[in-house]
Amino acid sequence: MREFDLVIIGGGPAGMAAALAAKLEDIDNLIIFERGDELGGILNQCIHNGFGLHTFGEELTGPEYAERYIEQMILNNIPYELGTMVLGMNENKEISIISRERGAETVKARAVILAMGCRERPRGALGIAGFRPQGIYTAGTAQKLVNCMGVVPGREVVILGSGDIGLIMARRMTLEGAKVRAVVELMPYSSGLKRNIVQCLDDYGIPLMLSHTVVDIKGKEKLEGVWVAAVDERNTPIPGTEEYFPCDTLLLSCGLIPENELSKSAGVELSPLTNGPSVDESLQTGIAGVFACGNVLHVHDLVDFVSEEARRAGLNAADYIKCGTTPECEPVEVRPGNGVRYTVPSRIYCECAEDKVHIRFRVTGVFKGAAIVVKSGGRELFRKRGRIFVPSEMQDIIITRDKLGGVDSPIEVSVEEALK
Amino acid sequence: MFDVTVIGAGSSGCAVARELSRFDISLCVVDKESDVCEGTTKANSAIVHAGFDALPGTLKAKLNVRGSKLMPGLSKLLDFDYKRNGALVLCFDKEQISGLEELALRGAENGVEGVRVISGDEARQMEPALTDEVVAALYAPTSGIVCPFGMTIAFAENAAANGAEFRLSTAVTGIERSDAGYVIHTDKGDIETRTVINAAGVYADKLHAMVSGLPMNITPRRGEYMLLDREAGGLVSHTVFQQPTKMGKGILVTPTVHGNLLLGPTAEDIDDKENTATTRAGLAEVRAKASLSVKGIPFGKVITGFTGLRAVGDTHDFIIGECEDAKGFIDVAGIESPGLTSAPAIGEYVRDIVASLLPLKEKANYIAERKGITKFASLSDGEKNELIRREPAYGTVVCRCETVTAGEILEAINRPLGATTLDGVKRRTRAGMGRCQAGFCSPVTISLIADKLGLGLLDVRKNGSYTDKESGADENA
Repeated sequence: MREFDLVIIGGGPAGMAAALAAKLEDIDNLIIFERGDELGGILNQCIHNGFGLHTFGEELTGPEYAERYIEQMILNNIPYELGTMVLGMNENKEISIISRERGAETVKARAVILAMGCRERPRGALGIAGFRPQGIYTAGTAQKLVNCMGVVPGREVVILGSGDIGLIMARRMTLEGAKVRAVVELMPYSSGLKRNIVQCLDDYGIPLMLSHTVVDIKGKEKLEGVWVAAVDERNTPIPGTEEYFPCDTLLLSCGLIPENELSKSAGVELSPLTNGPSVDESLQTGIAGVFACGNVLHVHDLVDFVSEEARRAGLNAADYIKCGTTPECEPVEVRPGNGVRYTVPSRIYCECAEDKVHIRFRVTGVFKGAAIVVKSGGRELFRKRGRIFVPSEMQDIIITRDKLGGVDSPIEVSVEEALK
Repeated sequence: MFDVTVIGAGSSGCAVARELSRFDISLCVVDKESDVCEGTTKANSAIVHAGFDALPGTLKAKLNVRGSKLMPGLSKLLDFDYKRNGALVLCFDKEQISGLEELALRGAENGVEGVRVISGDEARQMEPALTDEVVAALYAPTSGIVCPFGMTIAFAENAAANGAEFRLSTAVTGIERSDAGYVIHTDKGDIETRTVINAAGVYADKLHAMVSGLPMNITPRRGEYMLLDREAGGLVSHTVFQQPTKMGKGILVTPTVHGNLLLGPTAEDIDDKENTATTRAGLAEVRAKASLSVKGIPFGKVITGFTGLRAVGDTHDFIIGECEDAKGFIDVAGIESPGLTSAPAIGEYVRDIVASLLPLKEKANYIAERKGITKFASLSDGEKNELIRREPAYGTVVCRCETVTAGEILEAINRPLGATTLDGVKRRTRAGMGRCQAGFCSPVTISLIADKLGLGLLDVRKNGSYTDKESGADENA
């Protein structure tokens, strides 16, 4: 049985950044298992620009961003095996994999970094009534078809959901000559970044229909059109508001789900709020030596934040391999308060934490002139006022070590709303 | 000139074809779709009913019980997925318990073994997720679950291996009598045949009317379903029915043979024989009624919804027999529930009718067994290695949700009666059947199909049949 100090599952941006960080800490016996035929993961199909402003101080395309890390993999002799699918893992960190080259194999790891990414929510999970014809794709699948396989799946398009991939694909399909009739969003706000709404919809005159949804799908074998209706405050379609849009393609950008079937098979405890592993401030899951980062942990909007998070996972995994210690203090729970959907981490070892502790979270709605407040018991650990907080932007705050000393009651992250 | 032509490649048609392929006759199966099991067979509850429901003395009762008894042996012989998981019929009203007892008696009269009435607490011991409202239940240990696609494809492949000729993507446009029997007009030319088996599902009445003046009316009864992630499949282990009441037949909650959780169906008679759309109201009804039986159904784990059409005849029994005014034309019509269960028995029953019209002599070289597509995920590490060494395509996982390899997808495409559509691959291998609903695997599956059929990527269809134009087109490659 091959044995590794560190196995990294997934060779996308998270896996590569984690591997690089661990390698630079002199973890040499490590490996990345990547199911695709190349490193880079989903970045390879994201040929638009906008990646890397934080990490590299310049705007790169997805493949370029990936390439920067792939170069580092090669430069630092970081081993990786492509076309290698991890089928299972147990709590002893024995990992079963298969590949064309090596067949079925079980390997053992001292530490594991989960970096498998996420998947898109499919049509069936949205409960849209109607037929099930050809012509309905998740936005990411369409992106793969257009950008990697060179085929454009349709000429007349409606997009349901205003997630970032949906917005990007609205522009992409338009550039490929398709007519994007509308982007339809159930919520009263977009779940995509502001800059994508401006650059992908506004610049091309594509209407964004907020508080609307697709209520019926026409066409038995091939898609002919969709019915769109307005929804009320409870997201229920309002009778009489239906409007028919003829189209041959419906793209879905209705949310991403961290892909954790493997984590579950190993007994890693998941957070019902993120659908990702529940972790402490070192990004360690409930199983000692198993870390998680990137979209498998919680869905990010910027790859730069993925890389940064993964770097921390890599450093902490290296630490674990070298010292193998678990913290000697008791963890304190971190929980979302008013206006906050989730937090990562969900527990902090306050007495043994590093100098800087990141807390990442998303807000539940649009908040103007509000403040982010972190409290434990009556004690305020952090406060930041902002012009606007929106659900599409992941928030990242840093609490310094000195604030955490002596903290022993649950830490709550909340939005303090502006007085009306 | 064929001795027998079966119209309709659903579970009934394919079961009949398989049974008749044992004999030294020439046999043809025609279907308008590009694959077998594209009609009612692909969208139903996938239950092997024990047989306590049908009225004693009916054809339904007889064929249901016989089909249920044949199923375990057939599933081994023909390598399709079947499991005897037992069923419960839930009663929510003390006043109605006598109805369960009637069902138990009916079961005994039909020859179903082991059916008995149990208390609500006993039922909850067997199925802890049942709601507290359950006051009693009928327990039927011989009830089972089956893969309807797997079964029908197995029948079809076995029939094809024994010489049955399948003409798919071939729509029947008319039928005329001839000196020898019948001429079937299709959009791909005429088929001459001595006898015809009309197994056309919801269209059986239309076909019947082409040769017979006797009335037949098949009403499509729409049934909507929700399918949940395999993570939810363990919520119940038995098939959980609701006792039929004045309010309707109720809906079921059942694990599928692949470990998903299935809820449904609604029952709504409609006019349109093509209307397999789901509706908001229908899906809401499934949700509400399923929750009466089982608590804690994780509706957040629904991965798809679908609609099937049952072929409901006016007689409320199966209509199987030679038309009185059309010799050699055999109807297999009105095959609503328990049609899937009855399929193997329908095969035998129709065989006996054909035997009265044609001499049936058993083939010397009949192939009784059929081996299904490799199930990579279920193999041991040693077997996986052996397979990957022989054929590296088994080392590439294409569908990550269901762990389906490129090797299995290639098998599905390359077999006789192989898949030509995404749905065809899905039904044979489960690639695309999982929680991401083909988001990740469909581009790869499309490429594999396009390669085999010589199509452009965009011409590969999800379902339905290829027109001549499409199958020659290459403009998108």
